[in-house]
Amino acid sequence: MTAFFRIDRVSRAFAPEITLGDRIAAKLGARVETRSLQAVNAVTLELAKGETLGLVGESGCGKSTLGRVAAGILPPSSGTVALDGKPVLLNGRKATTRIQTVFQDPFASLDPRMKVGETVAEGPVAHGLVSQAKAGEYVSEWFARVGLDPAFAGRYPHQFSGGQRQRIAIARALAMKPDLLICDEPVASLDVSIQAQILNLFLHLRRELNLTCLFISHDLSVVRHVSDRMAVMYLGRVVEQGETAQLFETPAHPYTRALLASVPKLTLDDEAIVHFEPIEGEIPSPLSPPPGCHFSPRCAFVQERCRREAPELREVQERRFAACHFSESLIEQGSSDFKGFDR
Amino acid sequence: MSEQQSPFRRFWSEFQENRFAVLALIVVVVMALLAFFAPHVVPQNPYDLENLSLLDARRPPGFVGSGGYSHLLGTDPQGRDLLSAILYGLRISILIGLAAGVVALALGTTVGIAAAYVGGRLESVLMRIVDLQLSFPAILLALVLVALLGQGKGQLITALVAAQYAYFARTAYGAAKGERRKDYIEAALATPLSGRQVAFRHLLPNCLPPLIVVATVQIANAISLEATLSFLGLGLPVTEPSLGMLISNGFPYMMSGRYWISVYPGIALIILIVAINMVGDQIRDQFNPRLRK
Repeated sequence: MTAFFRIDRVSRAFAPEITLGDRIAAKLGARVETRSLQAVNAVTLELAKGETLGLVGESGCGKSTLGRVAAGILPPSSGTVALDGKPVLLNGRKATTRIQTVFQDPFASLDPRMKVGETVAEGPVAHGLVSQAKAGEYVSEWFARVGLDPAFAGRYPHQFSGGQRQRIAIARALAMKPDLLICDEPVASLDVSIQAQILNLFLHLRRELNLTCLFISHDLSVVRHVSDRMAVMYLGRVVEQGETAQLFETPAHPYTRALLASVPKLTLDDEAIVHFEPIEGEIPSPLSPPPGCHFSPRCAFVQERCRREAPELREVQERRFAACHFSESLIEQGSSDFKGFDR
Repeated sequence: MSEQQSPFRRFWSEFQENRFAVLALIVVVVMALLAFFAPHVVPQNPYDLENLSLLDARRPPGFVGSGGYSHLLGTDPQGRDLLSAILYGLRISILIGLAAGVVALALGTTVGIAAAYVGGRLESVLMRIVDLQLSFPAILLALVLVALLGQGKGQLITALVAAQYAYFARTAYGAAKGERRKDYIEAALATPLSGRQVAFRHLLPNCLPPLIVVATVQIANAISLEATLSFLGLGLPVTEPSLGMLISNGFPYMMSGRYWISVYPGIALIILIVAINMVGDQIRDQFNPRLRK
């Protein structure tokens, strides 16, 4: 079986650049960082056509790096990314226009010195999707589709609000007629009221264009809203993967469970109180991950075995994967006492 | 939302707020125009030796010479009308400064952006050469090159470019290195657009502001460098004196009371350089986000 989009055992390490100066400094006894940082570690993900996969995790867990590898911006250290069985990278360069990306910060992702209409038209013209002569018309059409006045095409990014800019960024991505859209925290930098508008626009266009989507976010309520399946990342690895609804109901990994419980929420039983359980401790340094299960220093259910033996990602239920030695018991007790997430 | 405003419009309306800078810009433009239309403005062609008479040499301002007209600023040791010589000299100075500045801008920007964009070994090699060059004074390199290449406008421009491109390269490199990391470059690469398109359509326009600042200052520097070289006798031939050479020609007579031969070209040179620098300062302030209102 070949999936529509497949990220196959992708790893990405960032090695420090060791210059001549560093080498001399090291010889003289200075401490020079030579360890490489494993941002993404042997991650395999598959997306069926038309499906949206939500990728969640704390800051620094490698989800953005994985997104950039998937988008063909960053070459993986090992592993392959393929769309329809064809590799995304060819000789280190992105070889397809069928994958497009919407970036997190619409204030940074639009060229400040280019009129937004040109920004949207640039890709399609360069790849022959539309002729230079028809570009204006094409841009107007896309502006209308993302809910912008086509007359705005002659303006510069600084003349727009964050929400409008993100609409432009979406138009730029979709004007390339992609099959797969990678959204890297597309609403994280927007006001909450604007977030809803952009999400609705996104959901509407996804249905209309039958897009497959990799949706990266740290906001669980957003991911729950938009994705069919989701994957939870921790320290460069996927620790749990499954249907969104199932995952929210009975998390099979203690990290997912803790993540869900850590979201502040209102309990409206007697009085309105804010209730949440933060995850203990901090995310360990990816330069020196703990032995055994990477989550063990922070895990509420930690056993002796966890500190020695790193759990593999395995199928714990049908179409449900988790990297924990005790997933089954978690699922079992989960349905009875887990009341982590109810937003 | 404000009305449609191109960045240039905004820039110009802000520029106008500084009266001194506007004045300086007017001075620069007027001097450039005078220099450009010098043949139509001045009474004498100072490069045409047939027009010159040694009997008119070193006359004070206001002297009516053999040509039948008054020498407003006096005459130089070759009997040239000094006003004419200054405007012609200004023409050469501006021409050389501008040509050297533009070529150095193009060359330096290419080097800097290529180094920042491509990275790796090319980056190390190019930028170490630039660093090496920046570590000793520009005039030293220019002197050596002019001495090697000989006299002439082309040679002079070559020497000035070689001495000055490094400043542009350093500036372009720094700006491009910063811009390279930004999301809009990543977005362009993710489309994917060709490397050339990303470098020219996205990276270059965003690196321009600091380069424009450096360019104005470096044009002024090129003019003064050229004047210095000419003063030292290494610039252009004596028959076509630039401002520096006029100053140099009058220098021996300073102590004998014939001040005008050196002083008037000197004043012209100072006004031009100060005015260009004032314009440059204003542009720099406007591009500095910390000074922005």
